[in-house]
Amino acid sequence: GFYTAQHLVKVSDVSVLPSPRFEPSGLGNANPQGPDWCHTFSPVDIYERLPVPFGLVRFGVAPDHPEVKNVINTFTQTAQHARCSFHGNVRVGKDVTVEELQEAYHAVVLSYGAEGNRTMGVPGEDLAGVYSAKDFVGWYNGLPRNSELRPDLSCETAVILGQGNVALDVARILLSPVDILKKTDITQHALDALAESSVRRVLIVGRRGPLQVACTIKELREMVNLPGTRPEMEASEFEGIAETLKSLARPRKRLTELLLKAAIETPGEEELERRNRAERAWGFRFLRKPLEVLPSTDLIRAAGIRLAVNRLEGDGEGVRAVATGEVEDVECGLVISSIGYKSLLIDPAVPFDTRKAIIPNTMGRVQQTAGLYCSGWVKRGPTGVIATTMNDSFDTARTLLQDIGKGTLDVSTVKPGSQGVSALLEKRGVKPVSFSDWEKIDSEETRRGEIKGKPREKMLDVGEMLQVARA
Amino acid sequence: MALMTSARRLFHVSFREKSLRRAETLISATNTTLWNLSLAGQRMACIRVRDFSTNTQPLRADNKVTVHFINRDGEKISVKGSPGDSLLDVIIDQDLDFDGFGACEGTLACSTCHLIFEEDVYNKLGPITDEEMDMLDLAYGLTDTSRLGCQICLTRSLEGMTARVPESVADIRQSGDGSS
Repeated sequence: GFYTAQHLVKVSDVSVLPSPRFEPSGLGNANPQGPDWCHTFSPVDIYERLPVPFGLVRFGVAPDHPEVKNVINTFTQTAQHARCSFHGNVRVGKDVTVEELQEAYHAVVLSYGAEGNRTMGVPGEDLAGVYSAKDFVGWYNGLPRNSELRPDLSCETAVILGQGNVALDVARILLSPVDILKKTDITQHALDALAESSVRRVLIVGRRGPLQVACTIKELREMVNLPGTRPEMEASEFEGIAETLKSLARPRKRLTELLLKAAIETPGEEELERRNRAERAWGFRFLRKPLEVLPSTDLIRAAGIRLAVNRLEGDGEGVRAVATGEVEDVECGLVISSIGYKSLLIDPAVPFDTRKAIIPNTMGRVQQTAGLYCSGWVKRGPTGVIATTMNDSFDTARTLLQDIGKGTLDVSTVKPGSQGVSALLEKRGVKPVSFSDWEKIDSEETRRGEIKGKPREKMLDVGEMLQVARA
Repeated sequence: MALMTSARRLFHVSFREKSLRRAETLISATNTTLWNLSLAGQRMACIRVRDFSTNTQPLRADNKVTVHFINRDGEKISVKGSPGDSLLDVIIDQDLDFDGFGACEGTLACSTCHLIFEEDVYNKLGPITDEEMDMLDLAYGLTDTSRLGCQICLTRSLEGMTARVPESVADIRQSGDGSS
C-alpha cells in the first residue's frame, strides 16, 4: 500500500493520486481547471484498520530479520510527504464503507492483503496445540488479535505443515537460542514462552518432494547455520535428486545443493562435533500430507498427526503428489499449518472471487467497478517477497495514472476527499490516528525496547496504542 | 586476526556484532587476500582490502570515477562517485530515482538493486559471496552478468563503465493504452 502511494506521490504530472495500503484508502479531489488540472496536486490518503501502519512489514517479517524491515524508512518518507496522509484506526467496511470512500474520492485502491489462512480441513484441526502459522507469527510479532494465543510449548516435537519461508521462520523462531531472540523486537510474552519451551525437534512437512520446496536459499541457510541445532533427515527421501542437479536453473540448483548437503552429506570433523553437541534438531519430511490430528487420551489436545504418504507423478512443472495409500503417524504436541494465507471479503460492495480468494481484476482495475483498484496480495494471491509486492504496487499505480491520462478515470468532478470521510467518521465516533500520532507510539515502543536492549517493545493492545497516540 | 583488526580500523561506519561474525566467516571462507569485502550494517558499505603493509590513500575530492546507468526507459545517465562507494551509494547520493531500488538499504535482504553489467566489466568486479548470490537468485530477469549494486564497490578500474537497471517485473502491458 505504501509502495503504491509512493509511486503516485512521486509522479508529478497527474493531479489525482490514490494511496492504498494494507487497507483501502482514498483519493483526494482534483482541481477541475481544464488542461491545467494536471498541475494541481491532490492528496493521497492511506486508511488502515490498526493505529499502527506497515502491515506485514511490522507483523509478518521475522524479528530476527530486521534488515528486511528497512523498507519502513521508505514508507515513512512517503507518509511524511506533503501530499500524503495516514489515517489509522479506521476500519474500512465497518467505520466507513467502500462505497462511501468512492463517493469521497476519484479512485480507491484496495491493498488490504490476506488476513485469513487456508485450513488443512482435517479432523482434529480444532484441538489445543494446533495453530495456523498466521496466528503463530502474529503471536510472536505482536499482532493485537493474537496476543492471547498462549501456544503450548511443553512438548518435545513440533510438526509444521508447509515448506515455504513462513514455515522456516516458524521453525527458526522455535529453535533459535533465546540469547539471540532477546535482542530482537520479538514480543516479550513470546520470548518468555520460548525460554520455557520444551520443543527440541521440529519437522517441516510437505506434500511433494525436495525439488518442490517453496522456501528460498537464504532461509534454508539460516536453518543449516542455526546455533545449537542439527539437521535430521531421511536419506531415502532424496533418492535420485543429486542426478537432477545439472538440469536445474541456478537458483533451484543452489537451493537443492544446500538441502542435499544438510540432509545426506557426511559432515567434516568440526561440523560433526557441532552436530553432536546440538540439543535441538530440525528436518524436512517430504511426500507427506496431513489426514488427521490425533488427540491425547483426554481428547483435548494434539498428541500426534496422521500423514498420508505420497509419491510424485509427472515431471517438471507438472509434478503432482498422489496418495500411495500408506499412512504414517508422528507423535507431536504442536502442529502449525503453514499452507498459505488467504484474502477475505472486506465489503459486500467489492467483487470477490471466493475460489481464488482475490479481488477479480485486470492489471489492478477491479472488474465491473470504475474507480476501484487493487494491489498486492489481495490482487495477485498471497505469495511473494516484498520486492514482488512492491513491483505489483507500482504496476497498479501506473495503471491508475494511465487511466487518468486516457480519461477512463474521470477526475473532472470535485470530490470531498478526506474531509468528507472525516465528517462521517466523526459522526460515528471514530477518531483516526495520524502519522505523527503513530510516531508517538513508535517513540514509546522504542523507549521501552531500549531498556531491554531490544529495538522496540511492541504494544499489544489497541487501547494502549490509542492512549499513547492521543497523549 | 590481523585482517579483522585492520578491517575495523579502515571501516569507520559502526556495525553490529553479528556483521563482524559474518565478516569473519566470509574472510576465513576465502583464504586469499580479499579484493572487495562488504560488511553488513545499517548500510552495506564497501571497504578496500588490498595490502595491509601499506596504508590506504586519503580520499581527495578529485578522486572521482565516472559511471553510467541505463534506466528502465533506456536513458543513459552519467554520474560521478568516489572509490569505495557502492553503486547503491552512488545511485542514492546522486538522487537517481529508480523505482523501488535498494529497498533493504544495502543489507542483502532483497534483490531490488539488481544491475546488469557488460561482460568485460562483470569479469573485473571481484568475488561474489554466497550471501549475495542467495539474494541475486531471486532477482527478476537474472543474467550471467548480473550483480547486486550494493555489493559492487567503485574503483578506478571501473571508470567509464555502464550498468543497466533491468525491469523488475514482466510488463504485461503490450500497448500504451493499457489494454491487455
